[in-house]
Amino acid sequence: MRATTATQVPNTAAKTTAFGRFVRHLGYVMTENPVTALAFGLFLIFVIAAIFGPWLSPHDPLATLSARALQPPSWDHWFGTDQLGRDVFSRVIVATRLDLMIAVTAVAMAFVVGSALGAIAGYFGGWWDRITGRLVDTIMAFPLFVLAMGIVAAAGNTIDNIVYATAIINLPFYARMARAEVNIRRNSGFVQAARLSGNGDWRILAFQLFPNVLPPMMVQISLNLGWAILNAAGLSFIGLGVRPPTPEWGIMVAEGANFIVSGEWWLALFPGLALMLAVFTFNLLGDGLRDLVDPLRRT
Amino acid sequence: MTVPLVDIRDLSVEFNTRRGTVSAVKRVSLQIAKGETVGIVGESGSGKSVTSYALMRILDRAGRIAGGSVVFGGVDVANADKRTLSELRGREMSMIFQNPRAALNPIRRVGQQIEDVLLEHGMAKHGNARDKAIKMLAAVRIADPEKRYSAYPFELSGGMCQRIVIAIALACRPQLLIADEPTTGLDVTTQKTVMELIVELARERDMATLFITHDLGLAATWCDRILVMENGEVVEAKPTRELFAAPSHPYTRRLLQATPHRDSRVCDLLPVDDPRRAVPSTAAPGKPLLEVKAVTKRFGGASSRPAVDALSFQIGEGESLGLVGESGCGKSTTSAMIMRLLDPDSGQILFRSDDIGTVTARRFASHPARRSLQMVFQDPTDSLNPRWSARRSIADPLYRLAASSRRAAERQVNELAERVGLSNHLLERFPHQLSGGQKARVGIARAVALSPSLLILDEPTAALDVSVQAVVLNLLVSLREQLGMSYLFISHDLNVVRLVCDRVMVMRAGQIVEQGPTASLLTHPSHDYTRTLLDAIPHPPASSRQPREAAT
Amino acid sequence: MMNTSGRTRMIAYRLLQAIPAIIGIVIVSFILTRALPGDPAAYFAGPAASSESIEQIRRTMGLDQPLPVQFLAYVKDLVTGDLGHSISTGQPVLTELGARLPASLELTGFALLFSMAVALPLGILAASRPNSWVDHLCRFVVTAGVSLPVFFTGLALVYLFYYLLGWAPSPMGRIDILYLSPPKITGFYVIDSLLAGDLETARAALAQLILPAITLGLFTLAPIARMTRAAMIQILEGEFVRTARAAGLSRRSMLYTYALRNAILPVITTLGMVFSFTLGANVLVEKVFAWPGIGSWAVEALVVSDYAAVQGFVLAMALLFVTINLVIDILYTLIDPRLGMES
Repeated sequence: MRATTATQVPNTAAKTTAFGRFVRHLGYVMTENPVTALAFGLFLIFVIAAIFGPWLSPHDPLATLSARALQPPSWDHWFGTDQLGRDVFSRVIVATRLDLMIAVTAVAMAFVVGSALGAIAGYFGGWWDRITGRLVDTIMAFPLFVLAMGIVAAAGNTIDNIVYATAIINLPFYARMARAEVNIRRNSGFVQAARLSGNGDWRILAFQLFPNVLPPMMVQISLNLGWAILNAAGLSFIGLGVRPPTPEWGIMVAEGANFIVSGEWWLALFPGLALMLAVFTFNLLGDGLRDLVDPLRRT
Repeated sequence: MTVPLVDIRDLSVEFNTRRGTVSAVKRVSLQIAKGETVGIVGESGSGKSVTSYALMRILDRAGRIAGGSVVFGGVDVANADKRTLSELRGREMSMIFQNPRAALNPIRRVGQQIEDVLLEHGMAKHGNARDKAIKMLAAVRIADPEKRYSAYPFELSGGMCQRIVIAIALACRPQLLIADEPTTGLDVTTQKTVMELIVELARERDMATLFITHDLGLAATWCDRILVMENGEVVEAKPTRELFAAPSHPYTRRLLQATPHRDSRVCDLLPVDDPRRAVPSTAAPGKPLLEVKAVTKRFGGASSRPAVDALSFQIGEGESLGLVGESGCGKSTTSAMIMRLLDPDSGQILFRSDDIGTVTARRFASHPARRSLQMVFQDPTDSLNPRWSARRSIADPLYRLAASSRRAAERQVNELAERVGLSNHLLERFPHQLSGGQKARVGIARAVALSPSLLILDEPTAALDVSVQAVVLNLLVSLREQLGMSYLFISHDLNVVRLVCDRVMVMRAGQIVEQGPTASLLTHPSHDYTRTLLDAIPHPPASSRQPREAAT
Repeated sequence: MMNTSGRTRMIAYRLLQAIPAIIGIVIVSFILTRALPGDPAAYFAGPAASSESIEQIRRTMGLDQPLPVQFLAYVKDLVTGDLGHSISTGQPVLTELGARLPASLELTGFALLFSMAVALPLGILAASRPNSWVDHLCRFVVTAGVSLPVFFTGLALVYLFYYLLGWAPSPMGRIDILYLSPPKITGFYVIDSLLAGDLETARAALAQLILPAITLGLFTLAPIARMTRAAMIQILEGEFVRTARAAGLSRRSMLYTYALRNAILPVITTLGMVFSFTLGANVLVEKVFAWPGIGSWAVEALVVSDYAAVQGFVLAMALLFVTINLVIDILYTLIDPRLGMES
């Protein structure tokens, strides 16, 4: 069809200013809300730790040495050492990549599949809507963490299965949200106008409706990232998924838990704090992300 | 003159916003005597509602009284404490609002909501509150008040809800009623009965009324005195008759001129020297362009009442046809079917003798007739994609249906913008950065981008201020002349239809009750319903400054 | 009148709506145990089983039959309450679940009471002063609450109140070993001992309950408080509250009779989600506090690959959750007059 010509902003001058406007808008979003700026800053730190973790850690996260087991935090070992003499600080840093990767992959999968299913269901309705609705209802009929436990237990105790399980329990959020947001707009004036302009259904869905559904989804993505990290760590904590000696925050807390009652608090505290801070960052990031992608916030 | 009931002097109200302090009301003075009906007229953003909110001290959190005095019945309202205020509100002065359904608590029985006010102000005890509430329901002419007492708002019509709101407001026999656009959004016939009720109750109780509206005609019909506000200032305040006989401020004159009345022509809405004035067309309609034959549409099952019932009519080449009816009469369904956004259950839609009704709405996007059938939507905000710039919205049909190249499309968009009077720098803006009138122009530019032969205009000016409406109506008349389009103009406002249509159809419950040439139908209606509609329209008295000429 | 019959119909409709959910749960739990890669017979036999015993289990379980037949057999077992036997204890799974469920419910119930008691006032407080420092503080507290991994919060509380301060009893189970558990009436220790008039035991049971309940409750503060705040703000800015203000209603009746009653509706809707979180987090909290509920039981079963127990646990949790959602829906239908009216 001839409909392949893009409907982008037609001149290049406008494009560069559009980018300039985005940068200015980013600056505005940051300065307007200091919490957002803080969240973006923390997020950057986590990203750096995830990418460069192995080079940033002062010690080998797997190197054991019984001579230095269970030492409290010191200059040499900022977060102390564990029962096998491994450096807790190095392990916490190196674990960032795995924890973030599980969460990001799972949420990305849930977002792509869920929002596509939901948007199509919301736009066309009919039997597709009913099938998607039933599928989502069935997933939501379980307490979600329990379902994830069941899936990992049945499918096998691997990191891949943790990712799939986390994706499945996140999927209903996107499917429901995309469905609702598309559904309220599918007969709005601008969609009808687009039909009059000769746009077919799929084109309307992709170029008119989907961009409008994004801002609320950004908040959801951000919240779910935090929740996905908690889920993965929770599964590791009860012995599903990641296995020792792999550094992972949940499993480190689980291992450290045995030493709490004897007073060796640093084993569980630091990975727990890292976990909490990561989730906290994603929870705060949501509103900032929405402000960033929502042109209505631009002035 | 005795001491006025309300005495506002030099009132200023400011709002704290993201871009600093905005002053919404500037040094406004206003006196209302006991039993008097005063109107404040102004367009959106004029500060008319804010003034009344300040009088009630119900400004929202961001707003505050920045200066001046507000005295009600000897009480300094501007500095009153919470207790004094809650004794004043509801008991001495009350308020009713636009959108009555939203103004009621959705999950509380309407009778109980009236009781709440009575009990709060000690006008009833638990024992007799119910009786008093039912009496109040009877007072606002609600049939079967005993039964309605236990109804929830969602079970009542809009007009009925407004009566309940009035009952709540008047339950404690206040001395002042503030009515903030009380009939906007209601059908003209309902509008009239609600206004009559308010005025009658006010007279009965010797109650003063402050009536806030954008509609000069409405204010002229019901008010003793009118204040005209613009940008937070009162530009003119006079007894109604004097205001219409001798408007002194240029803004008042412009507003008066822009308000359509019985014998104005579309060009009369704008000043004589305004270049945007349109020359009304005199060309006779050509051969039939669109023929609608016995089209029916139901939304329920086969036994339900059809939304559109065996409708037949035609539009000639170059003709402008008006379609008038109240909400729910089926006019939007009709337009959606003609535009091929909705499939009819039965009947034919012939466009240039070609039955386009057989092509499903879903497939019509790629039909050759698509570019000839376009539409301007009612709500300019809703009809623009909030994430697209004005330029991209206007260009969309050019890319999709005319396969324009980038360069050509850009040139065409610039031409279109100029044609609809949209300055070039506005094209890169997003809808939320444009005013209502500008958005309406973007919608019109998009609709005429492909020079369609039939343009449906669905209440294109209903959401606009009268001064903007005047400009847009003139634009529409000129465009039709320039591009040789036919119009199907849908409206509830007979005064507007009169200005732009050659022929009018009146629709009710899915059927056409009457049709004929505009001038004769509106002066000599033959159907009772048409007469009721015509009688319900408030008319501003024609200003003596305007030359009276015969209607076209 | 018409209203009541409309509601009855609505409630009947809600009950019917639960049926597809239950069917979905049964199918999913069947898929989880049978259709996934791996040998279910080996699962159910446990890791130490010989190949012969696995073969025998395969036959007794009907695993040599085609899938639809297996499914029917599975459904028949479920209907008769046969969830199989736990390998580690040898008891029927149903009996084990029945014995442990009250402990989990007691914990969940107390956690939710705590959570509601804190979150609702917080949400109302934040909504009545939006964008003030109170509002920001509330937002910070609840966001921190939802960011805390429950197992970590639990450990931190144990370290602080048991190890450092010594205020809390040892985090081991429902009641200190010095006390006898109260005679079983409801299965809830606190209530049972109160019914038995044994204040001392009630106090001891409560002392054991406080830390895990707070741990669990902290996690669910956020959804409740956020929704309360958002709903209250939206309604306080709404037009009918303005009408109430203009009619001179007192701040009290405006806030409670008008705003809160409307705001509670979306809050009730979120409770479904809150229960989903709570039941999930329950597993982790029970493990940390060695709480003898179905969660810690399931975790132990996971460790020894006792799949009949895990499957029974997942099913029990899902059915419990469906029941809770049903109760929430019916509650909503009873409160909101607008429901049950549309034909």
